[in-house]
Amino acid sequence: MAGKYDLLSEQGLRLDGRRPHELRRIKCKLGVFEQPDGSAYLEQGNTKVLAAVYGPHQAKGNQTESVINCQYSQATFSTAERKNRPRGDRKSLEFKMYLQQALSAAIKSELYPRSQIDIYVEVLQDDGANYAVALNAATLALIDAGICLNEFIVACTASLSKSNIPLTDISQFEEVSGGPKLTVAALPTAEKIAFLEMSERFHIDHLETVIETAMAGCREIRDILEAAVKEHLLHMGSASDFAKVG
Amino acid sequence: MQTLREFTRKTKRGNILKIVREHYLRDDIGCGSELCRECFQNEVYQLTSQHANQSTLFKFPHYLVLDTNVVLDQIDVLEEDVLRNVVVLTTVLNEVKHRSSSIYKRFNEIVHDRTRNFYVFVNEHHKETYADREPDETANDRNDRAIRLATKWYDDHLQASQSSKEFERSGKAAMRVVLLTDDAANRAKAEAEGILVTTAAEYVKSLEDFPLLMDKLSHKTFDNEKNGLPQYPPHLSMKELLEGLRQNKLLQGPFQASRENYLEGSVSVEKFEKAILIQGRESLNRAVDGDLVAVELLPESEWSAPSEIVLEEKNVYADEVPSEEKAKDEYDMLKQVRAAASSAERTPTGRIVGIVRRKWRQYCGILQPSLIEDTNRHIFVPADRKIPRIRIETRQAAKLQNQRIIVTIDTWPRNSRYPHGHFVRSLGPLGDTATENEVILLEHDVPHCKFSDEVLSFLPKMPWTITDQDYSKRVDLRDLFICSVDPPGCTDIDDALHCRELPNGNLEVGVHIADVSHFIRPGNALDMEAAARGTTVYLVGKRIDMVPELLSSNLCSLVGGVERFAFSCVWEVDNEANVLSKRFHKSVIKSKRAMTYEEAQSIIDDATQQNEIAKSLRHLNRLAKILKKRRMDNGALVLASPEIRFQVDSETHEPLEVEVKQMRETNSMVEEFMLLANITVAEHIATEFSECAVLRRHPRPPPTNFDPLVKSARYQGFQVNIESGLELSHSLDKCVKADNPYFNTMIRILTTRCMMQAVYFISGSLQKDEFFHYGLAAPIYTHFTSPIRRYSDIMVHRLLAASIGADSTYAQLLDRKSNEELCHNLNYRHKMAQYAGRASVALNTHLFFRGKEEDEEGYVLFVRKNALQVLIPKYGLEGTLYLKTDKDGKDGLERVKSEIVFTFNEEDHTQRCGDVVFHSFDPVTVRLSLDSSNVQHEKLIFRLVKPYIKGFSVETTSKGTEGQAVAAAPPSKKSKKDKKKK
Repeated sequence: MAGKYDLLSEQGLRLDGRRPHELRRIKCKLGVFEQPDGSAYLEQGNTKVLAAVYGPHQAKGNQTESVINCQYSQATFSTAERKNRPRGDRKSLEFKMYLQQALSAAIKSELYPRSQIDIYVEVLQDDGANYAVALNAATLALIDAGICLNEFIVACTASLSKSNIPLTDISQFEEVSGGPKLTVAALPTAEKIAFLEMSERFHIDHLETVIETAMAGCREIRDILEAAVKEHLLHMGSASDFAKVG
Repeated sequence: MQTLREFTRKTKRGNILKIVREHYLRDDIGCGSELCRECFQNEVYQLTSQHANQSTLFKFPHYLVLDTNVVLDQIDVLEEDVLRNVVVLTTVLNEVKHRSSSIYKRFNEIVHDRTRNFYVFVNEHHKETYADREPDETANDRNDRAIRLATKWYDDHLQASQSSKEFERSGKAAMRVVLLTDDAANRAKAEAEGILVTTAAEYVKSLEDFPLLMDKLSHKTFDNEKNGLPQYPPHLSMKELLEGLRQNKLLQGPFQASRENYLEGSVSVEKFEKAILIQGRESLNRAVDGDLVAVELLPESEWSAPSEIVLEEKNVYADEVPSEEKAKDEYDMLKQVRAAASSAERTPTGRIVGIVRRKWRQYCGILQPSLIEDTNRHIFVPADRKIPRIRIETRQAAKLQNQRIIVTIDTWPRNSRYPHGHFVRSLGPLGDTATENEVILLEHDVPHCKFSDEVLSFLPKMPWTITDQDYSKRVDLRDLFICSVDPPGCTDIDDALHCRELPNGNLEVGVHIADVSHFIRPGNALDMEAAARGTTVYLVGKRIDMVPELLSSNLCSLVGGVERFAFSCVWEVDNEANVLSKRFHKSVIKSKRAMTYEEAQSIIDDATQQNEIAKSLRHLNRLAKILKKRRMDNGALVLASPEIRFQVDSETHEPLEVEVKQMRETNSMVEEFMLLANITVAEHIATEFSECAVLRRHPRPPPTNFDPLVKSARYQGFQVNIESGLELSHSLDKCVKADNPYFNTMIRILTTRCMMQAVYFISGSLQKDEFFHYGLAAPIYTHFTSPIRRYSDIMVHRLLAASIGADSTYAQLLDRKSNEELCHNLNYRHKMAQYAGRASVALNTHLFFRGKEEDEEGYVLFVRKNALQVLIPKYGLEGTLYLKTDKDGKDGLERVKSEIVFTFNEEDHTQRCGDVVFHSFDPVTVRLSLDSSNVQHEKLIFRLVKPYIKGFSVETTSKGTEGQAVAAAPPSKKSKKDKKKK
């Protein structure tokens, strides 16, 4: 299957018309639900994710540390073929672990001893890079819940075209028709990588440039999310003269 | 510069899925024209005002936009360096890619040629030119609309740029855009929308500077045949075909035309072990060799057997309608065949009902002389007998009459006996060695153009010297007595050997292979070219190199007395040739002497020579014999194939003498050590790279392959055991006849023909027990020893170098998929190179016999229904001795036809005529002469001399006169015919 198409045309455009370094269009909204303590909706191209955060609340058992509990699930209607996905399938469990791993690097857990933070992520539409979009949505939901973070934790994917040009933010079509995929979750300002995953092996010569591309994508996404958070705050604050403080 | 508009596109596939994809439309795609002042241009302008197309139809400067059908049909016109300033829309590019990958490849080459000013415009992602598919609109209609939309946009866009006052003052005519389309509907719509539009044919006609371009136009219709009667049943539509295939009513497979009988062919279908037979013009139904066809199986009562008859198409002239009588002949033939076919040998027979995919390519051949002067319509006779004649139109028939030309097929309508095509180019005068070689290379798809400047730019700069750094990285073996042994006249020496005694009484043997991978770095143009060529092709008197000559004959060639880089494989062996240890390293060597096999042999045999080289050679020879014996005991096969060498005149390139390749002890000595090196390296790289090592395997042939061999041997009273390689080898050894010394060789030749092709593969793609090399009886094998002439060896060198840390790896080296593709190409090139080599030998055999007549000893290899297959060991030549002639009568033999009757006995495969019986392997004497009556297919004629059959054999006693008389017969007949025609 791999190598069926070249991911980058000779005119320098990708299959969906983007240039190599371009992200898909990002739309997001914070505070979409009232029940949870924080929530967010994020679209990256056609990948659409909903995230909700409960907590911090009292942890069960005799925990002294803080507990970060994630749940990842994909809606039955999220893919072209409608499959019933129970929550416990392998992929969901794997993504859940990865989410916990990446988020615990961002959350200032020392502030929440003996507490638990629950993060629920639901993929409504799957068009590639699910994990990255889920993590970005979770970040927004955590911010909406007012949980202290070291900084924005964002994720971005990257791949490599046949002509060895790195590509940012891989869509589903590129995932199935092309080369290896690399997912990076990072703290962009600190330039720390919290999580790294490869679907296939990259040659060592290219790995560095691909990681750098994914990092650049992370920085760009961070800027977009940050702008969205500010926008949201202005909107919220305008009700209580908060905007004027600015 | 990313637009925020988003479109979705829905496609259906498989079990009907709705697939939604994003489709970004951009505003940063340039139009590529130098006139434009608006677009964001990130490239050099491709569309200029120079090299304008001079058309009488549009007498102002214009750019061209091509419709998909123009690219698909008129690729030969486009390949001529005439049309310039062409806008290529991605819609068109994608459609072409989808419809024909070969045309796409050719078109891409044109597009990449910067001097042609073709500009690819990404109209699909341009926000102004994107056409969303409307409800109820077919994909085709949408594409047509997209093309019109883009053309219109271009025209308007350029108008806007040229409307400035400054421009008006310059007084130049404004640049316009013209759409070329052969689709009438699209043309009408374009006209309605105010687009300048015309057909490809009209446009080419309007180019007055290039009148000959007309010949290259592809014609879909020939005027006078529109009302001709259909001669073939119609093909099913694609929809019906797919439906039929799905319901298993139809079968699909590649069509293979018979080389011997133009009314017969076969289709190999997955489900059937035997290929499905197709007989008769209507059943063949316009299929051309190679096409993917759909077949309907006939009821079992109508099944037939292969005719075993050699039937050639008679000359038919362009304006002649095939008479019904002639057609009747064909049916008679078929009836006979069907009646004669005993139920036992009937094979599944079918008829072709549709073509799934055409595999038409370009064909070499000649024009058939036309009866009418000044006609434009001609018949083209392809060199490949499997291809039907092709009807073409050309204005330059007189010029092309004695030339080899290339023609391609455009269409094959129902009412035309032959397909229609058009002239592509001329290769050169007929019979010219260069032209004939070109034909061989083209017919076998051998890339043979000169190396491009880009490729040559990656060669090392001369004068080339070895630096201290090189010495420090390599093991210095310059002091060893290394020598090379090759055939005479070899300039690409890629292997050298040494052997020396070690203090502990053991021997050290080294095989040193030219270090080509040092010079060819992965991924550059030189490497890509070598990978595409795959192998060096050897024709008689000509070599088509895989790598440029500087490398093949100079820097890489391990010539005597010069320091060269090598990749060495060194073993320590004891005196019984058991390998005790091995090591690989890159080295610098200085071959002491480059010898021929003959020279090496005489040094070994001459006991007075006691120098280091002689000692070394004797050790090697002794070890090789042990190795060979061990290999034979393991079940390696000794195969034979008649191989000959031509002594070619260095000036005229005409063959002077033929000799059968001789095998000396030294040949086998070198071979043994190469095998040892290959096996050692194969083991090493397979362990180091279990997923991506390039190896070579030779599959065990299925038992049915051996049937002809086992049968033939049985008639002679020998039992050939095919259970295993070892048993086969033993039973072959036993096939010896005291009265027929050549018998064993013939049996081995037959065995060779039962074998499968050895192929390259990637270790990760197969299970370990499938790595086996049947012929060599080796569990694992690869090619390491000839990197100058095989690309596989370069790959193996790189893998080996990476594994010992002598060189760095790179992404593709370890990528299983790209290696698999590479192997696929290498296998194909390798096969084609072999075929081309054989074709070249055949060509030179013909040249050799031109104007000669010789009596030669030969042997019957097979007995056929109407012929004997005869092998002449002296020339390694095989040919057919016809026993019955068809109605036209060939070679003036029809006069004897009535008197001499041969009876074919199917039981024991013999031909009997009176007292004389022909068995397989019987010795015969035949007279060889060349029949040049068909200029394109000169063929060797075999005529029986001994055993003598009165009225059939050529007289031996009056060789001089009779021979001449017979030889003179065909030309005289031909001249009579010629007169009649005039």
